[in-house]
Amino acid sequence: MQNNLIVSPTALTFAIILVAVALAINFKEHIGLEKDVLVGVIRAVIQLTVVGYVLTYIIKVDRVWLTLLMVAIIMLNAAWNARGRANGIPHAFVISLAAIATATILTLLLLVGAHAIAFVPSQVVPITGMIASNVMVATGLCYRSLNTSFHDQRQAVLERLALGADLKQASIVIVRTAIRTGMAPTVDSAKTVGLVSLPGMMSGLIFAGVDPTKAIMYQIMVTFMLLGATSLGSVIACYAAYPQFYNHDLQLR
Amino acid sequence: MTPIFELKQVGYKVDDQQILQQIDLTIQPGEFVTLAGPSGSGKSTLLRVLATLLTPTSGELWYNGQAQASYDKITYRREVSYCFQQPSLFGETVRDNLAFPFDIRKQAFDDTKATEALESVDLTASMLTKAITSLSGGEKQRVALIRNLLFPPKVLLLDEITTGLDGTTKAIVHRLINTMNQRGITVISVTHDEGEIAAASRLLQVVAGRLEVSADAK
Ligand SMILES: Nc1ncnc2c1ncn2[C@@H]1O[C@H](COP(=O)(O)OP(=O)(O)OP(=O)(O)O)[C@@H](O)[C@H]1O
Ligand SMILES: [Mg+2]
Repeated sequence: MQNNLIVSPTALTFAIILVAVALAINFKEHIGLEKDVLVGVIRAVIQLTVVGYVLTYIIKVDRVWLTLLMVAIIMLNAAWNARGRANGIPHAFVISLAAIATATILTLLLLVGAHAIAFVPSQVVPITGMIASNVMVATGLCYRSLNTSFHDQRQAVLERLALGADLKQASIVIVRTAIRTGMAPTVDSAKTVGLVSLPGMMSGLIFAGVDPTKAIMYQIMVTFMLLGATSLGSVIACYAAYPQFYNHDLQLR
Repeated sequence: MTPIFELKQVGYKVDDQQILQQIDLTIQPGEFVTLAGPSGSGKSTLLRVLATLLTPTSGELWYNGQAQASYDKITYRREVSYCFQQPSLFGETVRDNLAFPFDIRKQAFDDTKATEALESVDLTASMLTKAITSLSGGEKQRVALIRNLLFPPKVLLLDEITTGLDGTTKAIVHRLINTMNQRGITVISVTHDEGEIAAASRLLQVVAGRLEVSADAK
């Protein structure tokens, strides 16, 4: 089962041809992404190599504190990235961290508590990565939706305020849309899972020779877990972010 | 009598642009004040300051004998109701709009009250289920106005709410506003309308962010 999984350095070298294809298309069609493609390739190689060694070490050492440290680093990184998508919403890092950490930790606790996964680095770290990155994307989408709606619906928000609405009453329509936007990719992929794409985790297990009927059990778990985590993350992010659009005098900034 | 509004040297500034300056103004409860002046002179800004949608950057503003800043904003805005120039309606139907004032007060929607309000501007209860996208300009403006009046405020700030309306609709709106004023609601109305300016009992001109008091028109 192990042998057919090894991607040899020769095989990887050949895969560079695929990068060359991407570059060639860029040049020929004047798409202008050559630099990004190259940066992406180089970053992917470096980051994944480092992560590969780090994970090997963490899994070998198998210390709780080290696993937790890794979980913390993943969440901090995810929060930092989400903040980058906030487009100036005040306190976006703290808000993102609260959303990502709460969603990730609660989901992890639930999974470990239910013995769906064991508290070993080889399971906790990848699952954390999966949850945190999905919540990160969800939070980013929430921010974008909030920014767009508060801009486009400025007048309607002002009118609600003028009628004597509190901040929540003035924003609730916008907040609901943002939460929906944040959850949409996860809900959509839950609807099409297996029909359109075989998700990464399930594909990986099947690759590794696990019986597909077993692999789907994991995928179902992952789907549930991501639904829960992105909903929770979106709700926390949106509820913490919408008041940032107002000042102390309950006026729109 | 305690004035309902007392402005002392009120100014409003954004970045380096002085939009309102040195506004001194006293308004008594129950007055009907008409504000006129060229476009861009700061009339809407003045109303927004009165409505606490903007905070003055200088001067003092007293409402009912107390500093405006000392009031709870939400209570204040329910007492001093601002009707927008070109209002936007909420949700899907007329009912959604008339339900909003009830919702924010955590009260159940009162059909009778809503119907009465519609009738006060010559609309009928059948209007409730109408989609807001299907309303005419005059209907929109009237729905927006009664949204502000379902729970009668103490002060009504009107920002050119009759602009673009035909004569009949204007008359309907005037009738309602006059009724409200006779019931003791203070009205401050911004207008470009010749007729409204001519009929004003107290006319104030805003020019380049300053108040110019004209002689009483009547
Ligand atoms: N938030 C803002 N930032 C910068 N400038 C503003 C802002 N709000 C208003 N202004 C400027 O202040 C001036 C006064 O605007 P205001 O809307 O009060 O005018 P108005 O008298 O109501 O005009 P109109 O009769 O056209 O409605 C305008 O020059 C406007 O561009
Ligand atoms: Mg104006």
